[in-house]
Amino acid sequence: MSVATENPAQMLSHAAYDSKVEGNIIFTRLDSAINWMRKNSLWPMPMGLACCAIELMATGAARFDISRFGAEVMRFSPRQADVMIVSGTVTYKMALAVRRIWEQMPEPKWCIAMGACASSGGMYRSYAVLQGIDQLLPVDVYISGCPPRPEALLEGLMKLQRIIEGETPIKDQIAGIREATS
Amino acid sequence: MSVTGRKADEVRSDSSKLRKQFGRTKVREMFEFRGEHTVVVKLGALEEVLGYCRSVLGYEFLLDVSSVDNMGDDPRFEIVYELATTDDRKHLRVKAPVAEGEEVPTAVHLWKTANWHEREVYDMMGLKFKGHPNLKRILMWEGYPYYPLRKEFPLAGKPSEMPDVAFSGIAPLEGGPFVTSPGTDRVRGEPRAKGES
Repeated sequence: MSVATENPAQMLSHAAYDSKVEGNIIFTRLDSAINWMRKNSLWPMPMGLACCAIELMATGAARFDISRFGAEVMRFSPRQADVMIVSGTVTYKMALAVRRIWEQMPEPKWCIAMGACASSGGMYRSYAVLQGIDQLLPVDVYISGCPPRPEALLEGLMKLQRIIEGETPIKDQIAGIREATS
Repeated sequence: MSVTGRKADEVRSDSSKLRKQFGRTKVREMFEFRGEHTVVVKLGALEEVLGYCRSVLGYEFLLDVSSVDNMGDDPRFEIVYELATTDDRKHLRVKAPVAEGEEVPTAVHLWKTANWHEREVYDMMGLKFKGHPNLKRILMWEGYPYYPLRKEFPLAGKPSEMPDVAFSGIAPLEGGPFVTSPGTDRVRGEPRAKGES
Protein backbone atom coordinates (compact mmCIF):
# COMPACT_ATOMS: atom_id res chain seq x y z
CA MET A 1 0.00 0.00 0.00
CA SER A 2 1.44 3.37 -0.92
CA VAL A 3 0.05 6.77 -0.09
CA ALA A 4 1.37 9.54 -2.32
CA THR A 5 1.71 12.58 -0.13
CA GLU A 6 4.42 14.86 1.12
CA ASN A 7 2.88 15.55 4.48
CA PRO A 8 3.52 12.70 7.00
CA ALA A 9 0.77 13.95 9.29
CA GLN A 10 -1.74 13.79 6.47
CA MET A 11 -0.60 10.25 5.66
CA LEU A 12 -1.22 9.05 9.18
CA SER A 13 -4.64 10.57 9.32
CA HIS A 14 -5.73 8.88 6.12
CA ALA A 15 -9.04 7.25 6.91
CA ALA A 16 -8.45 4.09 4.84
CA TYR A 17 -5.09 3.33 6.40
CA ASP A 18 -5.06 1.15 9.46
CA SER A 19 -1.72 1.57 11.20
CA LYS A 20 -2.27 -1.63 13.19
CA VAL A 21 -1.74 -3.65 10.05
CA GLU A 22 1.99 -2.93 10.16
CA GLY A 23 2.88 -5.88 12.37
CA ASN A 24 0.54 -8.28 10.59
CA ILE A 25 2.12 -8.32 7.16
CA ILE A 26 4.67 -10.93 6.24
CA PHE A 27 6.71 -10.70 3.07
CA THR A 28 7.58 -14.05 1.54
CA ARG A 29 7.82 -15.89 -1.71
CA LEU A 30 4.70 -17.54 -3.07
CA ASP A 31 6.49 -20.91 -3.12
CA SER A 32 7.24 -20.66 0.59
CA ALA A 33 3.70 -19.60 1.40
CA ILE A 34 2.22 -22.49 -0.54
CA ASN A 35 4.67 -24.96 0.98
CA TRP A 36 3.90 -23.66 4.45
CA MET A 37 0.19 -24.19 3.91
CA ARG A 38 0.67 -27.61 2.39
CA LYS A 39 2.99 -28.99 4.99
CA ASN A 40 0.79 -27.94 7.88
CA SER A 41 -2.41 -29.41 6.51
CA LEU A 42 -1.39 -32.84 5.26
CA TRP A 43 -4.57 -34.86 5.20
CA PRO A 44 -3.70 -38.54 5.37
CA MET A 45 -5.31 -41.35 3.44
CA PRO A 46 -4.98 -44.10 6.04
CA MET A 47 -4.15 -47.22 4.03
CA GLY A 48 -4.27 -49.45 7.09
CA LEU A 49 -3.60 -53.02 6.01
CA ALA A 50 -2.14 -54.74 9.07
CA CYS A 51 -0.84 -54.16 12.59
CA CYS A 52 0.93 -50.91 11.61
CA ALA A 53 -2.56 -49.46 11.28
CA ILE A 54 -2.98 -49.90 15.03
CA GLU A 55 0.06 -47.69 15.59
CA LEU A 56 -1.32 -45.27 13.02
CA MET A 57 -4.52 -45.08 15.05
CA ALA A 58 -2.51 -44.57 18.22
CA THR A 59 -0.69 -41.72 16.47
CA GLY A 60 -4.02 -40.15 15.68
CA ALA A 61 -5.29 -40.49 19.24
CA ALA A 62 -4.81 -38.06 22.12
CA ARG A 63 -1.53 -39.31 23.59
CA PHE A 64 0.57 -38.80 20.48
CA ASP A 65 -1.84 -36.43 18.75
CA ILE A 66 -0.95 -36.18 15.08
CA SER A 67 -3.00 -32.96 14.92
CA ARG A 68 -0.02 -31.11 16.39
CA PHE A 69 1.35 -31.42 12.86
CA GLY A 70 -1.90 -30.60 11.09
CA ALA A 71 -2.34 -34.16 9.86
CA GLU A 72 -5.27 -35.30 11.97
CA VAL A 73 -7.86 -35.15 9.22
CA MET A 74 -7.89 -38.81 8.17
CA ARG A 75 -9.78 -38.91 4.91
CA PHE A 76 -11.27 -42.20 3.91
CA SER A 77 -12.00 -40.67 0.55
CA PRO A 78 -8.82 -40.54 -1.51
CA ARG A 79 -10.12 -37.46 -3.34
CA GLN A 80 -9.72 -35.38 -0.20
CA ALA A 81 -6.36 -36.75 0.88
CA ASP A 82 -2.80 -35.45 0.44
CA VAL A 83 -0.60 -38.16 1.87
CA MET A 84 -1.15 -41.88 1.68
CA ILE A 85 0.20 -43.68 4.72
CA VAL A 86 0.63 -47.29 3.63
CA SER A 87 0.64 -48.99 7.01
CA GLY A 88 0.82 -52.73 6.76
CA THR A 89 1.41 -55.75 4.60
CA VAL A 90 0.48 -55.24 0.96
CA THR A 91 -0.56 -58.55 -0.53
CA TYR A 92 -0.55 -59.02 -4.26
CA LYS A 93 -4.31 -59.30 -4.08
CA MET A 94 -4.53 -55.85 -2.48
CA ALA A 95 -1.70 -54.24 -4.45
CA LEU A 96 -3.65 -52.98 -7.45
CA ALA A 97 -6.42 -51.69 -5.17
CA VAL A 98 -3.83 -49.60 -3.31
CA ARG A 99 -2.52 -48.37 -6.64
CA ARG A 100 -6.03 -47.45 -7.76
CA ILE A 101 -6.73 -45.49 -4.56
CA TRP A 102 -3.39 -43.72 -5.02
CA GLU A 103 -4.40 -42.73 -8.53
CA GLN A 104 -7.67 -41.30 -7.21
CA MET A 105 -5.81 -38.91 -4.94
CA PRO A 106 -5.47 -35.42 -6.44
CA GLU A 107 -2.06 -33.79 -6.93
CA PRO A 108 -0.03 -32.75 -5.04
CA LYS A 109 0.28 -36.02 -3.16
CA TRP A 110 2.88 -37.80 -1.12
CA CYS A 111 3.35 -41.32 0.17
CA ILE A 112 4.71 -42.66 3.43
CA ALA A 113 5.63 -46.36 3.57
CA MET A 114 5.10 -47.14 7.22
CA GLY A 115 6.87 -50.17 8.62
CA ALA A 116 8.92 -53.06 7.28
CA CYS A 117 6.13 -54.68 5.25
CA ALA A 118 5.12 -51.60 3.30
CA SER A 119 8.76 -50.70 2.73
CA SER A 120 10.15 -54.06 1.66
CA GLY A 121 7.72 -56.89 2.32
CA GLY A 122 9.21 -57.24 5.79
CA MET A 123 9.24 -60.72 7.20
CA TYR A 124 6.84 -61.92 4.53
CA ARG A 125 9.24 -63.37 1.99
CA SER A 126 6.30 -65.12 0.45
CA TYR A 127 4.39 -65.83 -2.72
CA ALA A 128 1.49 -63.73 -1.49
CA VAL A 129 3.11 -60.44 -0.46
CA LEU A 130 4.31 -57.52 -2.58
CA GLN A 131 7.96 -56.87 -1.68
CA GLY A 132 7.59 -53.14 -1.03
CA ILE A 133 4.90 -50.69 -2.08
CA ASP A 134 7.59 -48.66 -3.92
CA GLN A 135 7.19 -51.17 -6.75
CA LEU A 136 3.84 -49.52 -7.44
CA LEU A 137 3.90 -45.97 -6.06
CA PRO A 138 6.56 -43.29 -5.58
CA VAL A 139 7.37 -43.36 -1.86
CA ASP A 140 8.66 -40.17 -0.21
CA VAL A 141 9.39 -41.42 3.28
CA TYR A 142 10.13 -44.93 4.55
CA ILE A 143 9.68 -45.67 8.23
CA SER A 144 11.49 -48.63 9.74
CA GLY A 145 10.00 -50.72 12.50
CA CYS A 146 7.75 -53.69 12.91
CA PRO A 147 5.54 -51.94 13.68
CA PRO A 148 7.09 -48.47 14.11
CA ARG A 149 6.14 -46.65 17.28
CA PRO A 150 3.91 -43.60 16.92
CA GLU A 151 6.94 -41.35 17.54
CA ALA A 152 8.57 -42.90 14.48
CA LEU A 153 5.51 -42.12 12.36
CA LEU A 154 5.54 -38.53 13.63
CA GLU A 155 9.24 -38.32 12.80
CA GLY A 156 8.43 -39.57 9.31
CA LEU A 157 5.69 -36.98 9.00
CA MET A 158 8.13 -34.23 10.03
CA LYS A 159 10.61 -35.55 7.45
CA LEU A 160 7.89 -35.27 4.85
CA GLN A 161 7.19 -31.70 6.00
CA ARG A 162 10.85 -30.88 5.45
CA ILE A 163 10.65 -32.41 1.97
CA ILE A 164 7.64 -30.23 1.20
CA GLU A 165 9.48 -27.13 2.45
CA GLY A 166 12.07 -27.67 -0.28
CA GLU A 167 9.57 -27.97 -3.11
CA THR A 168 9.05 -25.32 -5.80
CA PRO A 169 5.36 -25.52 -6.73
CA ILE A 170 5.17 -22.29 -8.75
CA LYS A 171 8.32 -23.02 -10.73
CA ASP A 172 7.05 -26.53 -11.39
CA GLN A 173 3.71 -25.21 -12.55
CA ILE A 174 5.30 -22.72 -14.92
CA ALA A 175 7.56 -25.43 -16.27
CA GLY A 176 4.51 -27.62 -16.73
CA ILE A 177 2.67 -24.93 -18.66
CA ARG A 178 5.74 -24.29 -20.85
CA GLU A 179 6.03 -27.97 -21.59
CA ALA A 180 2.35 -28.22 -22.47
CA THR A 181 2.40 -25.20 -24.82
CA SER A 182 5.71 -25.90 -26.55
CA MET B 1 -12.79 -93.58 35.15
CA SER B 2 -11.71 -90.08 34.15
CA VAL B 3 -13.78 -87.85 31.90
CA THR B 4 -11.15 -88.03 29.14
CA GLY B 5 -11.18 -91.81 29.47
CA ARG B 6 -14.91 -91.92 28.91
CA LYS B 7 -14.56 -89.59 25.92
CA ALA B 8 -11.88 -91.80 24.38
CA ASP B 9 -14.08 -94.85 24.90
CA GLU B 10 -16.96 -93.19 23.15
CA VAL B 11 -14.85 -92.23 20.13
CA ARG B 12 -13.30 -95.72 20.07
CA SER B 13 -16.73 -97.27 19.92
CA ASP B 14 -17.65 -94.79 17.15
CA SER B 15 -14.66 -96.00 15.14
CA SER B 16 -15.67 -99.62 15.52
CA LYS B 17 -19.26 -98.74 14.62
CA LEU B 18 -17.94 -97.23 11.39
CA ARG B 19 -15.91 -100.35 10.69
CA LYS B 20 -18.93 -102.57 11.37
CA GLN B 21 -21.21 -100.41 9.21
CA PHE B 22 -18.93 -100.02 6.21
CA GLY B 23 -16.49 -102.94 6.34
CA ARG B 24 -12.75 -103.18 5.81
CA THR B 25 -12.73 -102.13 2.17
CA LYS B 26 -14.35 -98.78 2.91
CA VAL B 27 -12.96 -98.04 6.38
CA ARG B 28 -9.38 -99.07 5.76
CA GLU B 29 -7.58 -98.05 8.90
CA MET B 30 -8.40 -96.97 12.42
CA PHE B 31 -5.77 -95.79 14.84
CA GLU B 32 -5.28 -93.86 18.01
CA PHE B 33 -2.41 -91.56 18.83
CA ARG B 34 -2.19 -89.75 22.18
CA GLY B 35 -5.93 -89.97 22.67
CA GLU B 36 -6.77 -88.73 19.17
CA HIS B 37 -8.76 -91.07 16.98
CA THR B 38 -8.39 -91.27 13.23
CA VAL B 39 -10.16 -93.35 10.64
CA VAL B 40 -8.87 -93.62 7.08
CA VAL B 41 -11.55 -94.32 4.52
CA LYS B 42 -11.68 -94.95 0.79
CA LEU B 43 -12.40 -91.78 -1.18
CA GLY B 44 -15.40 -93.45 -2.79
CA ALA B 45 -16.91 -94.09 0.63
CA LEU B 46 -16.10 -90.70 2.09
CA GLU B 47 -19.50 -89.18 1.45
CA GLU B 48 -21.48 -91.97 3.14
CA VAL B 49 -19.04 -92.23 6.05
CA LEU B 50 -19.25 -88.50 6.73
CA GLY B 51 -23.03 -88.64 6.40
CA TYR B 52 -23.15 -91.50 8.92
CA CYS B 53 -20.91 -89.56 11.33
CA ARG B 54 -23.16 -86.55 11.02
CA SER B 55 -26.57 -88.16 11.31
CA VAL B 56 -26.04 -91.36 13.34
CA LEU B 57 -22.94 -90.74 15.45
CA GLY B 58 -23.86 -87.13 16.18
CA TYR B 59 -20.80 -85.25 14.95
CA GLU B 60 -22.71 -82.07 14.19
CA PHE B 61 -19.68 -79.79 14.21
CA LEU B 62 -17.04 -79.71 11.47
CA LEU B 63 -13.93 -78.07 12.93
CA ASP B 64 -11.73 -78.03 9.88
CA VAL B 65 -11.08 -79.45 6.44
CA SER B 66 -7.47 -79.60 5.40
CA SER B 67 -5.30 -81.44 2.94
CA VAL B 68 -1.83 -82.96 2.84
CA ASP B 69 0.52 -83.21 -0.11
CA ASN B 70 2.58 -86.40 0.15
CA MET B 71 4.57 -85.70 -2.99
CA GLY B 72 6.12 -88.85 -4.42
CA ASP B 73 3.53 -91.14 -2.87
CA ASP B 74 0.61 -92.60 -4.73
CA PRO B 75 -2.08 -91.47 -4.11
CA ARG B 76 -0.43 -88.11 -3.69
CA PHE B 77 -2.92 -86.14 -1.62
CA GLU B 78 -4.88 -86.73 1.51
CA ILE B 79 -7.98 -84.89 2.66
CA VAL B 80 -8.60 -84.52 6.37
CA TYR B 81 -11.88 -83.78 8.16
CA GLU B 82 -11.88 -82.84 11.83
CA LEU B 83 -15.24 -83.76 13.30
CA ALA B 84 -16.50 -82.81 16.74
CA THR B 85 -19.63 -82.30 18.74
CA THR B 86 -20.76 -78.87 19.87
CA ASP B 87 -20.50 -79.91 23.54
CA ASP B 88 -16.86 -80.92 22.90
CA ARG B 89 -17.59 -84.44 24.09
CA LYS B 90 -15.73 -86.22 21.31
CA HIS B 91 -13.43 -85.53 18.41
CA LEU B 92 -12.85 -87.75 15.37
CA ARG B 93 -10.52 -87.31 12.43
CA VAL B 94 -11.54 -88.75 9.07
CA LYS B 95 -8.93 -89.01 6.32
CA ALA B 96 -9.14 -90.14 2.74
CA PRO B 97 -6.35 -90.51 0.17
CA VAL B 98 -6.88 -88.55 -3.05
CA ALA B 99 -4.97 -89.32 -6.22
CA GLU B 100 -3.98 -86.57 -8.64
CA GLY B 101 -6.96 -85.60 -10.80
CA GLU B 102 -9.50 -87.26 -8.49
CA GLU B 103 -12.44 -85.23 -7.23
CA VAL B 104 -13.53 -85.17 -3.61
CA PRO B 105 -17.26 -85.25 -2.84
CA THR B 106 -18.33 -82.03 -1.14
CA ALA B 107 -19.51 -82.01 2.48
CA VAL B 108 -21.42 -78.74 2.18
CA HIS B 109 -24.80 -80.45 2.43
CA LEU B 110 -23.69 -82.00 5.75
CA TRP B 111 -21.95 -79.02 7.33
CA LYS B 112 -22.40 -75.57 5.83
CA THR B 113 -19.02 -74.51 7.17
CA ALA B 114 -17.41 -76.92 4.72
CA ASN B 115 -18.10 -74.35 2.02
CA TRP B 116 -15.21 -72.02 2.81
CA HIS B 117 -12.89 -74.75 4.08
CA GLU B 118 -13.22 -76.62 0.81
CA ARG B 119 -12.65 -73.45 -1.15
CA GLU B 120 -9.43 -72.93 0.78
CA VAL B 121 -8.31 -76.49 0.05
CA TYR B 122 -9.11 -75.91 -3.60
CA ASP B 123 -7.27 -72.58 -3.61
CA MET B 124 -4.12 -73.75 -1.86
CA MET B 125 -3.84 -77.40 -2.92
CA GLY B 126 -5.89 -77.60 -6.09
CA LEU B 127 -8.19 -80.43 -5.03
CA LYS B 128 -11.56 -80.16 -6.71
CA PHE B 129 -14.83 -80.81 -4.88
CA LYS B 130 -17.69 -82.48 -6.68
CA GLY B 131 -21.01 -80.80 -6.00
CA HIS B 132 -19.62 -77.70 -4.29
CA PRO B 133 -22.04 -74.79 -4.79
CA ASN B 134 -19.38 -72.12 -5.27
CA LEU B 135 -15.97 -73.60 -5.93
CA LYS B 136 -13.71 -70.62 -6.56
CA ARG B 137 -10.56 -69.32 -4.97
CA ILE B 138 -10.94 -67.76 -1.56
CA LEU B 139 -7.52 -66.28 -0.68
CA MET B 140 -5.78 -65.85 -4.01
CA TRP B 141 -7.58 -64.15 -6.87
CA GLU B 142 -9.60 -65.94 -9.49
CA GLY B 143 -7.19 -66.58 -12.36
CA TYR B 144 -4.03 -67.12 -10.29
CA PRO B 145 -2.36 -70.00 -12.12
CA TYR B 146 -0.74 -71.93 -9.23
CA TYR B 147 -1.60 -73.83 -6.06
CA PRO B 148 0.82 -72.41 -3.49
CA LEU B 149 0.75 -75.13 -0.84
CA ARG B 150 1.74 -77.92 -3.20
CA LYS B 151 5.23 -79.22 -2.56
CA GLU B 152 6.60 -78.29 -5.96
CA PHE B 153 5.65 -74.64 -5.47
CA PRO B 154 8.62 -72.58 -4.22
CA LEU B 155 8.25 -70.56 -1.01
CA ALA B 156 9.41 -67.43 -2.84
CA GLY B 157 6.48 -67.69 -5.24
CA LYS B 158 6.29 -67.54 -9.00
CA PRO B 159 5.68 -64.57 -11.26
CA SER B 160 2.21 -64.25 -12.72
CA GLU B 161 0.28 -61.48 -14.38
CA MET B 162 -3.41 -60.79 -14.75
CA PRO B 163 -3.96 -57.31 -16.16
CA ASP B 164 -6.16 -55.06 -13.96
CA VAL B 165 -6.65 -57.83 -11.39
CA ALA B 166 -3.37 -58.74 -9.78
CA PHE B 167 0.19 -59.79 -10.41
CA SER B 168 2.76 -61.66 -8.37
CA GLY B 169 6.56 -61.84 -8.26
CA ILE B 170 9.38 -63.74 -6.64
CA ALA B 171 10.33 -62.81 -3.09
CA PRO B 172 14.05 -62.54 -2.40
CA LEU B 173 14.97 -65.20 0.13
CA GLU B 174 18.67 -64.23 0.48
CA GLY B 175 19.93 -67.58 1.64
CA GLY B 176 16.69 -68.50 3.29
CA PRO B 177 14.24 -69.95 3.99
CA PHE B 178 14.50 -68.80 7.56
CA VAL B 179 14.39 -71.83 9.79
CA THR B 180 14.70 -72.54 13.48
CA SER B 181 17.35 -74.87 14.88
CA PRO B 182 15.60 -77.06 17.40
CA GLY B 183 17.62 -78.58 20.23
CA THR B 184 20.10 -75.70 20.54
CA ASP B 185 19.91 -72.87 23.05
CA ARG B 186 17.21 -70.29 22.53
CA VAL B 187 19.39 -67.60 20.99
CA ARG B 188 21.03 -69.93 18.47
CA GLY B 189 17.68 -71.60 17.85
CA GLU B 190 16.12 -68.35 16.55
CA PRO B 191 14.94 -68.44 12.93
CA ARG B 192 17.86 -67.51 10.68
CA ALA B 193 18.88 -67.87 7.06
CA LYS B 194 20.99 -70.96 6.85
CA GLY B 195 23.80 -71.19 4.37
CA GLU B 196 24.34 -68.81 1.51
CA SER B 197 23.61 -65.40 2.99
